[in-house]
Amino acid sequence: MTEAGASAREWPLWEVFVRARRGLSHGHVGSLHAPDAAMALRNARDLYTRRQEGVSIWVVPAEAISASSPDEKDAFFDPAADKVYRHPTFYSVPDGVEHL
Amino acid sequence: MSDTDIAAYALRLGDDALVLAQRMGDWIASAPQLEEDVALANIALDLLGQARALLTYAGALVLGADGGPRSEDDLTYLRDEREFVNAQLVELPDHGDFGHCIARLLVFSSWQYELYAALADSADQTLAAVAAKAVKEVDYHRDHATQWVLRLGDGTPMSRQRMQHALDAVWPHVEELFETDDLVVRLVSERVAVDPAELRTPVLAYVAAVVDRATLAVPVTTVRHSGGRRGIHTEAMGYLLAELQHLARSHPGATW
Repeated sequence: MTEAGASAREWPLWEVFVRARRGLSHGHVGSLHAPDAAMALRNARDLYTRRQEGVSIWVVPAEAISASSPDEKDAFFDPAADKVYRHPTFYSVPDGVEHL
Repeated sequence: MSDTDIAAYALRLGDDALVLAQRMGDWIASAPQLEEDVALANIALDLLGQARALLTYAGALVLGADGGPRSEDDLTYLRDEREFVNAQLVELPDHGDFGHCIARLLVFSSWQYELYAALADSADQTLAAVAAKAVKEVDYHRDHATQWVLRLGDGTPMSRQRMQHALDAVWPHVEELFETDDLVVRLVSERVAVDPAELRTPVLAYVAAVVDRATLAVPVTTVRHSGGRRGIHTEAMGYLLAELQHLARSHPGATW
């Protein structure tokens, strides 16, 4: 299995996004290894949509994703904690508007 | 058209799918990548699903020794080697060679794709329905094999050499897929079956195009194995059946 171990290290990591239904957005479902984008799409089909989970798949090289760092959590997210006025809860919603 | 003929034909197609499903099961937990484990297992399970439909249909058409219909399990677990009528290609062992698995899948899925695409118009409604459903599955199997042949053939010197060697190894078993016999001729005249001989041109054209794009050579061989449709199999078949059948035969009626 040393060969398999070596190829696992060489194959890049891909993040997989699946859209469950028309009208929804793609959601992140997991990651996988693949030698290129075409194979990544196919592996994603086999790993993440075998129980009819989706109608569309995106694969993105994991290294192409810029992620926020846990160290930045305080500066990034905590200031939003007390800004209740950012939530649209100060309006009265007219009758008949269901999906606001 | 006789039920016996249709049953015999369904049994051939069912045995092809069943034996390849069993053979590809060898790869579970042994493929080059975890992702490939799942891909090959999915393909094997697709084939097993096709086998179940076809064997169930064959078993319902012809009564067994006890006067009742034979179930898919009866046909799978209780027939001896000479009663299996799959083409020899699907029983060939890979001996851990992933390229061999892929070479066989390229040829077989290309053949099965053309077969099912044509069989979807069969006068037999059950065969037509099974084929119409399966052709979409096989389309993916063929694509999976194609992707790998392209990458291994047009890859490193080592992968290229091994992919070529794998194609050379399966090639003597290719022509058997296109053989016609009396049973097929009778069923073709009734518009029930597809004439395998008519699949030869499109199948070999597809395979040759993939092999060419992969910078490999279509093998040339005068060796031509045959006999699977008459129950004559390679040495590997007995071992495959032993693994497939031993539990059901050692513990008749076992459930879990």
